[in-house]
Amino acid sequence: MSPLVAGLLQTGILVTALAVVYRPLGDYMARVFTAEHHLRVERAIYRFARVNPDAEQKWSTYAYGVLGFSFVGIVFLYVIQRAQSLLPFGFDRGNVGPGMAFNTAISFVANTNWQSYVPEAVLGHTVQMIGLTVQNFVSAAVGLAVAVALVRGFVRHQTDRLGNFWVDLVRGTFRILLPIAFIGAIVLIAFGVTMSLQSGVDVDGQVVANAPVASQEVVKELGTNGGGVLNANSAHPFENPNEWTNLIEIFLILVIPVALTRTFGRLVGDRKQGYVLLSVMAVIWTAMLAIIWAAEANGVRPLEGKELRFGIPGSALFANATTGTSTGAVNSLHDSYTGLGGGAALLNMLFGEMTPGGVGTGLYSILVMAIIAMFLAGLMVGRTPEYLGKKLGRREVTAAAVSILAMPTVLLIGAGIAAVLPSTQAALNNPGEHGLSEILYAYASASNNNGSAFGGITVTSDWFQSSLGLCMLFGRFVPIVAVLALAGSLAAQKKVPVTAGTLPTTGPLFATLLTGSIVLVAALTFVPALALGPIAEALL
Amino acid sequence: MNNFLKQSWAGLRILLALTVLLGVLYPLSVWGVSRIPGLHANAEAVDTTLVAVAREGDQYFVPRPSAATLPASGGSNKGELNEDYTSVVAERRTEIARREGVPESQVPQDAVTASASGLDPHISPDYAALQVPRVARASGLPVEEVRELVAAHTGGTFTTTVNVTALNRAIDSAR
Repeated sequence: MSPLVAGLLQTGILVTALAVVYRPLGDYMARVFTAEHHLRVERAIYRFARVNPDAEQKWSTYAYGVLGFSFVGIVFLYVIQRAQSLLPFGFDRGNVGPGMAFNTAISFVANTNWQSYVPEAVLGHTVQMIGLTVQNFVSAAVGLAVAVALVRGFVRHQTDRLGNFWVDLVRGTFRILLPIAFIGAIVLIAFGVTMSLQSGVDVDGQVVANAPVASQEVVKELGTNGGGVLNANSAHPFENPNEWTNLIEIFLILVIPVALTRTFGRLVGDRKQGYVLLSVMAVIWTAMLAIIWAAEANGVRPLEGKELRFGIPGSALFANATTGTSTGAVNSLHDSYTGLGGGAALLNMLFGEMTPGGVGTGLYSILVMAIIAMFLAGLMVGRTPEYLGKKLGRREVTAAAVSILAMPTVLLIGAGIAAVLPSTQAALNNPGEHGLSEILYAYASASNNNGSAFGGITVTSDWFQSSLGLCMLFGRFVPIVAVLALAGSLAAQKKVPVTAGTLPTTGPLFATLLTGSIVLVAALTFVPALALGPIAEALL
Repeated sequence: MNNFLKQSWAGLRILLALTVLLGVLYPLSVWGVSRIPGLHANAEAVDTTLVAVAREGDQYFVPRPSAATLPASGGSNKGELNEDYTSVVAERRTEIARREGVPESQVPQDAVTASASGLDPHISPDYAALQVPRVARASGLPVEEVRELVAAHTGGTFTTTVNVTALNRAIDSAR
């Protein structure tokens, strides 16, 4: 069949599959976070951790929970990498160096999964399993928890309690991520993904590295993590062997962020509030897919860095899904994309990862942007803005602004310094405008917790390891604290009754306003930088 | 600070519990399931045709160029405006045209560009057809038989591709 038909067919199958699970999964997730009952395994964990699952927390305690849990996660990951030679299944790959271990520890805890290392050469199976796989689950569950806490801020009135972080974390893990991952892993193996404790396999006289791929592959996509078990990530035939696994993996990337809009509608008691967010995500996602696909179909070397079994449509679909969420897995090398195609993948991240965004992070990011949009609308008509029955005063808008501005701040500072450092020239894989795009892409990926790369850039110097590590850290946790503060201040308010003057937030007017805000904020912040990199390249 | 330390302590205990469940029990359960017949060969990549490595000799079909350093995987990450790389691609085209005895204009895109994994098992039907006469000559097999082997290893749902690894093994058994 022609590439056009093949691409439309694959997109059609994907959208149909998402539509089928949208309601059941969205409703199920809403029940998970409102149910009274604890599972037996959950009770055992709470007992072991000595936390009271029925005690609700203030926003600050909830935030300390997120920060404390992430802090010990980073320390644990750092230590096991540094001591890898003591662990089994290490295959003499040795201890990981301090810069790389620092970067990787933050990367996986911050749900970024940026990889400065070549897995086949650096990490053994034990660190991948007890370190990286665990963070693939829990960093996604942290995103879910923060999103749910923000939604509770809208739903609840005159309270200082936002729920219990440990309960939200454990439930997201055991009731949502783990069951889907377990079934998904077995499905992937049935379709050809590998799951081996050996270090490699002989292929016609040469050794190709192998690993316990399937168990980590599935949660890599499902938790919008993106860190490849093997260097080529989802382009590696052991991670993504055929056209069907490709579609399954794209589905896994999108399924939770998309269904969360339904969960949101359920929790706020008005499903249309969720549909309108989904429509905004879908419009931007579709437009970006069209751009990437068309740009790649018309490239000079369209097959460079792409796998033949996926072709251009299967690669464009994956690239758009992975950068529109905060996943960062790749099935083709974005560095070899055209100026326009690679620039669109970059722009997807610069929108702030909300089309549809990562697990939980997508929902809370678009809700923050909705607050900004309502604030702008309020300025235009001279009225105190409201959203979902809550007034958006100085505290709420400040928290939203801090959350939105954290990413561009660390991104532009980091990329700006990197661009003028003399040592950077040697780290680049491509000259000219594309070299600048490599730098911009790296900092955009880190600051947005995406993790994909223009992979030619060498990021193993101390400067890149530490600056990108800090971008991931601030890009993740500044917005989280701001969002939880916002949730606390919303929950403390009374509910404002709907009047004739209230701008309805379920119609096309609001959808347009929100879409415009997403595009404008990104454009105003990043056009100068983009003009020197991808835009210049696309025009050359 | 006190609250942060208190929460970190609870977080450490939760992390340890979750590490046992998600980092040990979960992957080992998946591994255990993958031992059942029917899944085992996939899991261990037994006689796998999912990846291609270049094989020595004119009697074999040549896979796409690879930028990988085995046993690791990887691609070139070269952009389309990279002039140094453009000349690398041009050299590959010249070399392939000479090897197959055809004009450069007949060399397809996939023959001169490196895949993302460096292990891409597939080539396009055009590139396979281009290699048939040479493979037939070097292997001593009739051209018609080599064509049939190519056809037998051509497939795909949304894309049509030829699996080089499986094809080369079929050449081995046919000789």
